[in-house]
Amino acid sequence: MVIVGGGGHGLATAYYLATRHGITNVAVLERKYIGAGNSGRNTTIIRSNYGIPEAVRFYQRSLELYQSLEAETERWVMHKQKGLLNLAVSEASLRTERARAAVNAAFGARTDFVTPKECKEICPQLDLTGGGVWPVLGGSYHHEGATARHDRVVWAFAEGAMRRGVHVHQKVAVTGLMKEGDKVTGVETTAGPISAKAVVGAVGGHVTTLAALAGVRLPIRTHPLQAFVTNHYELAFNVIAASPPLLFYMSQTARGEMLIGAEIDRQPSYSYRSGYHFLQNCSQRALTLFPFMRNLRVLRQWTGVCDMSPDYSPIMGLTGVEGFYVTTGWGTWGFKAIPAGGEQMAELVATGKVPELIAPFALDRFAKDRTMADRGSAGTH
Amino acid sequence: MSLHIPCPNCGSRPVEEFLYGEISTVPDSITDADARDVDRAFMHNNPEGAQIERWFHVFGCRRWLTMRRDTRTDEVIGTSWRGY
Ligand SMILES: Cc1cc2nc3c(=O)[nH]c(=O)nc-3n(C[C@H](O)[C@H](O)[C@H](O)COP(=O)(O)OP(=O)(O)OC[C@H]3O[C@@H](n4cnc5c(N)ncnc54)[C@H](O)[C@@H]3O)c2cc1C
Ligand SMILES: [Zn+2]
Repeated sequence: MVIVGGGGHGLATAYYLATRHGITNVAVLERKYIGAGNSGRNTTIIRSNYGIPEAVRFYQRSLELYQSLEAETERWVMHKQKGLLNLAVSEASLRTERARAAVNAAFGARTDFVTPKECKEICPQLDLTGGGVWPVLGGSYHHEGATARHDRVVWAFAEGAMRRGVHVHQKVAVTGLMKEGDKVTGVETTAGPISAKAVVGAVGGHVTTLAALAGVRLPIRTHPLQAFVTNHYELAFNVIAASPPLLFYMSQTARGEMLIGAEIDRQPSYSYRSGYHFLQNCSQRALTLFPFMRNLRVLRQWTGVCDMSPDYSPIMGLTGVEGFYVTTGWGTWGFKAIPAGGEQMAELVATGKVPELIAPFALDRFAKDRTMADRGSAGTH
Repeated sequence: MSLHIPCPNCGSRPVEEFLYGEISTVPDSITDADARDVDRAFMHNNPEGAQIERWFHVFGCRRWLTMRRDTRTDEVIGTSWRGY
């Protein structure tokens, strides 16, 4: 089998094919270096506090696989459970957080609805008055929210797969698909052709171009997403804090930097260019709730290009073309999904049956009017 | 520097002043009426390369312009008032 793309999803799929199904005649083809895409550019937040049952179940599975990933792969990925605090600054977002806590409890994620006083106890750096503009009305606290070092996660899956015989080829780009009739039977690459029983597209923001080679149209638009880190702050910011209505979220890295992200750039683009406007808008919003950051400086800023789906849910599985599968629609939220996404895609490719956990996220949901709308949960991270 | 759009009326202005408008097209190869509807509602061309698109100058002259942009680099190839 051939997996196109050496990001977290491609490598995890290879890892689970090898470890769960004994399938090791697998090549992962990466045109740059592994983790060069969004898997090495994200803000590393892991959580399962989504807003619809199907998503809560799926992400909870992934969160649990992350909790045991170090033991399983014998590699330190710097996984750390920190808890995640969602801050509501409007009546509407307060209702959303209350509903989130309820749907999480019902489908297996541990999330409590919390008062402003509790928010302050969880996160002492928080200014409850929101700079006099956005007073905190309450929120939800997701106990198992966590972070892990992104490139270590990529390497752990790559090493684990390679130790069992999977081939990971860097600097090999897929340039075409081999076809017999309507069926995909292999790939053309910069290093020559490879025939394969199954080709899995795991190419992040570049999925439209790959799928077009198979004649598959996707409901994806590629948008840049930026993030930045500040210089060192005392190691005292212990929680992941987010405000969905203010469209920003932040956590502290092991080095002490404050790591901050926000929403996508509005125009579709494949450009990795970062901009000053993003910094200005995002820090302005973050400062309303966290004025302590006024004294920090911006250290680095960067961009990834994200495969955004119209309902803000992933698209995993069959494409309607035999032999060709995709895992996409990971947008701004797919790092947390790497273990479960890989596990489920491996099961699909190995058995030929669509696993129950990912059946709701099939591409044909759009034609069937069964979109999985969850923008309020996937929004920014 | 972030994307700047050369409005034929107002000159080069930051992208934040504009609303993006996609020109969606259903490929002729899709002939089934239902399939065309699904494509029109959900699918995107999302090209890596030159794309023709519309922009509305919300915080400016409040007119739609047509622009050609390379989505790989955000290089603006040209703008005009004319439709497409
Ligand atoms: C700034 C930012 C912050 C984010 N924060 C979070 C977060 O906090 N939590 C979260 O859960 N998610 C987050 N995400 C989203 C997450 O990073 C992605 O959804 C996830 O990494 C997608 O993984 P992937 O393996 O599908 O794609 P990628 O990691 O992008 O991998 C795709 C790979 O395919 C390769 N490729 C492309 N075309 C070809 C070809 N033709 N041939 C060979 N190789 C090819 C690319 O070089 C790339 O390495 C964030 C994203 C960004 C950009
Ligand atoms: Zn104008």
